[in-house]
Amino acid sequence: MGQRTPLYQKHVDAGAKIVDFAGWDMPLHYGSQIAEHRQVRDHAGVFDVSHMNVVDLDGSEAEAFLRRMLCGDVAKLQPGAALYTLLLNEEGGVIDDLIVYRREGSWRLVANCGTRAKVLAWLRQHAAGKQLALRERADLAILAVNGPAAIATVATLLAPAQAESMHALRPFECAGSDDLFIARTGYTGEDGVELIVPAAAAPQLWDKLVAAGVRPTGLGARDTLRLEAGMNLYGHDMDEKTSPLSANLAWTIAWEPADRDFIGRAAVTRDRALIAEGRLPVLTGLVLETRGVLREGQEVTTDRGKGVITSGSFAPTLNLSIALARVPVHITACTVDLRGTPTPVRIVKPRFVRFGKKVFD
Amino acid sequence: MTKSSLKYAKSHEWIRVEADGTATVGISEFAQDALGDVVFVELPQGGATVNAGQQVAVVESVKAASDIYSPVSGRIAAVNDALKDKPELLNSSPLDAGWLFRIEVSNAAELDALLDASAYDSSHD
Repeated sequence: MGQRTPLYQKHVDAGAKIVDFAGWDMPLHYGSQIAEHRQVRDHAGVFDVSHMNVVDLDGSEAEAFLRRMLCGDVAKLQPGAALYTLLLNEEGGVIDDLIVYRREGSWRLVANCGTRAKVLAWLRQHAAGKQLALRERADLAILAVNGPAAIATVATLLAPAQAESMHALRPFECAGSDDLFIARTGYTGEDGVELIVPAAAAPQLWDKLVAAGVRPTGLGARDTLRLEAGMNLYGHDMDEKTSPLSANLAWTIAWEPADRDFIGRAAVTRDRALIAEGRLPVLTGLVLETRGVLREGQEVTTDRGKGVITSGSFAPTLNLSIALARVPVHITACTVDLRGTPTPVRIVKPRFVRFGKKVFD
Repeated sequence: MTKSSLKYAKSHEWIRVEADGTATVGISEFAQDALGDVVFVELPQGGATVNAGQQVAVVESVKAASDIYSPVSGRIAAVNDALKDKPELLNSSPLDAGWLFRIEVSNAAELDALLDASAYDSSHD
């Protein structure tokens, strides 16, 4: 038996197929992964992501600490603002990707589950001796509600003042307290909110969402939704050996101000020159327009050398297969070895679906 | 149709001998559940001659691509064209509307070597 979230019994009661995910017993789907995917694109779905790693920070040196640890610059954030960014190592590899939320007088990080131990160790190692407190929040649960009807549906379940503060949020903004923290962030390419609540309050909130027509959605659909949205998955599309510049994540790096000395800065500055010289690979999108499914690990052959698929799946919104692949720069032609048959694929920007619609040419 | 009229291969195909002497082949309930949502099916050529244990079809699901092996030797008499547009029939009706192909069995003795339903069920517990 693995670790379980406060919603484990809800998943079992809803008929979930439970699988191991980084040591946690999590729902893969509740009958049909594709139906759950479509429900998020068309209406609203709820994911239990309570296995993720929530870390709160406060103290007079917390901001300086985060400006050193993260490749994005938290000094730009007002209270109530959020940022998707990375923890890099000195070699410029990605230790984890996370969202940092600036709150009144404190900070919240929501990082991956599978990287929990190393991320906590890395943060604690660098926090030692500083005026800051770092607290793991295993006492909280996270319900991610996504889809075009997500916010309107959640609003019907909140007290009027809470609903009002949620409606005031723009994308990548957050509000609330430990009883109910609301962030307009997600991992599907749809609008929605992530609700962070005390573990004991999670089952009742789950029931209310489901009763209001929000469908339980498993990790299977979460993966196809994020892939369609062109969002990376840690450990697949990037890891400690991957430069963010080779993972379509250059946009997460705040190069200015030039004197902010974040960990990994020298390495990614070097990588920027290597990319310009064509000496580091890049992450691209691939589309298969014939029958078959692109899968992680498949080798690709381009006009400039070999590459590899880092994430691939059937895309239910598009009814064809898509992938993220790490390939040489400036390629113009690509084939994938599909079970022994070299098959041409189209090269596109690594972003396929936003707000229910196809977005690549 | 009852499950007891089916024979199974260890590789998770079922086969049922029909009144006209041909046999219908599909994948088991256990196999469809393990695969998850099926998105593409590649079927054999009608008229092709195949051997028992030969890979003749591919089922691609959200999770993986799986080879399908013919449980017996013979000639492919028909394939289920409905799966081209509705691969999800393999999930919703694996033992019935989600059948894969019909085969003219060339060696009936090969059927005896297959598992009955209870032996198959206990083979993957």
